[in-house]
Amino acid sequence: MKIIITASSNTIEGPFNPRFGRADYFMLYDSDSQEWSAFQNPAAGASGGAGPQAVQFIAGKNPEIVISGRYGPSAFTALEAAGIKAYIANAGTVSDVLGQFLDGQLTQVGAATGPSMHGRGR
Amino acid sequence: MIITVASGKGGTGKTTIATSLARALVDLEQEVSFLDCDVEAPNAHLFLQPEFQHSKNVDILIPNVDIERCTACGRCAEICQYHAIVVLGQKTLVFPELCHGCGSCTLECPENAITEIPDKLGLLEAGLTPDGIRFARGLLDVGEPMAVPVIHQLKKWQSLQNTGISIWDSPPGTSCPVVESIRGADYLLLVTEPTPFGLHDLKLAAQLATELDIPAGVVINRDGIGDNQVETFCQQMDIPILMRIPFDREIGAGIAQGKALIDIRPAYKSRLQEMFVQIRDRVTLNV
Repeated sequence: MKIIITASSNTIEGPFNPRFGRADYFMLYDSDSQEWSAFQNPAAGASGGAGPQAVQFIAGKNPEIVISGRYGPSAFTALEAAGIKAYIANAGTVSDVLGQFLDGQLTQVGAATGPSMHGRGR
Repeated sequence: MIITVASGKGGTGKTTIATSLARALVDLEQEVSFLDCDVEAPNAHLFLQPEFQHSKNVDILIPNVDIERCTACGRCAEICQYHAIVVLGQKTLVFPELCHGCGSCTLECPENAITEIPDKLGLLEAGLTPDGIRFARGLLDVGEPMAVPVIHQLKKWQSLQNTGISIWDSPPGTSCPVVESIRGADYLLLVTEPTPFGLHDLKLAAQLATELDIPAGVVINRDGIGDNQVETFCQQMDIPILMRIPFDREIGAGIAQGKALIDIRPAYKSRLQEMFVQIRDRVTLNV
C-alpha cells in the first residue's frame, strides 16, 4: 500500500504540512517495501487550481491514501475521481503522522473540509 | 475618442469626475457615451440615472467532454494553463470555476471529444440618461472572480454604436480589469488625492500608462489635505496636472446624497469642459 503525506520538507523528520494543494513536498511511503520517497509539489506555486494539479501529480504515483490537514472542494472532487482516500491529520513530523495513521488514530474524510481557495467560488 | 478615468487608489473620486465630465460634454459633443467598467461594484448609474432598455448575458465557453470519444490521453490537462481540466486514470474532469474560456483544450483534443458550452459570468445593461448620454455597464455575478471577460464584452458591445466621445470609468487598482478598462483608450485621466496613499498608487497607475503607451494627465481631488509629493512626482514624470478640486465638505455631503459634482458646484462644468479641450488637443494634435 502506498501512502502520501503532505510535508514542508523532503525528510520524514521534517514537519507535516496541513495544506494539500500547496504543500511543498509529497512524501510517499510504500508499506510493502517500507521505503520513503520525496516529491516536490509542482502545484505549490500555481497561480490557481493548485488542488486539481496536485491531485493529477500524485495520481501518477498510484497511492491509495493521502494524508493532509484540509482539502478544498476542487481537490476533493479530483481525489474522489482518482479513487484516492483522503485522511486528516493535525500536526507532527511526517513520521509521527504515519505512526498516527498506522495506529488507526486518523479519520477518513467524505467531503471537502476547507473553503474554495481560488477560482469562481461556486 | 475614448478617455478612461482610473486612479490606482480606491475612493479618490473616479466616478465623481467621470460622471460629471460626461455630463459636461453633452453641450460640446454630439454623442457622448459612458461605460461603467467597474463591473464588480458599478455605481455610476447612481449619478447618471440611465433608464436601462437593453441587456445581454456575458458567457464564457467552458469545455464539455464527450466520455464516449475521450481516450483520457491527457493532452487537454497538459495544455490548460489554469488546471481547469485534469485527467485521472480514465476520467477527465472539468473545473468550471477555474476555466478562463481560452478554448485551448477544445483545439488540442486529438479525438475532437471536447465541445464548448456557455457559462454565465455576468450581465451587460444599456440605456439613455436624461441628458442623452448612452450609458452602459457590466455587472459581474456575485462570486465570480473574473471581471476581464465582462469588461471586454462591454467594450465590444458598445463600440458597435459609438462614434463620439466615450468616458470609461475604470475599477480601482492596477490589475487585469484595470488594464482591460484602459486598453483601447486614447487618454488616461488619473484621479488622485495628495496623500502618501494616493501617491503610492498613482505611481503604479502612471507606470501602467507608460507600459500601455497612452498619454495621461492627473486630477488632484481633495487638494490641500495632504502634502505636495503628488505634485513633485507629476513634475518629475512630466505628467500634466489638469485640474485641482480643493477639499470641500459640501462636495462630500452632496456626493453622499447621490448628487453629481456639477450639480453641487456648477462652476466645475466649464472647468471640466476646459480640461476636455486640453485632453482633446493632446490626443488629436499631440500638443
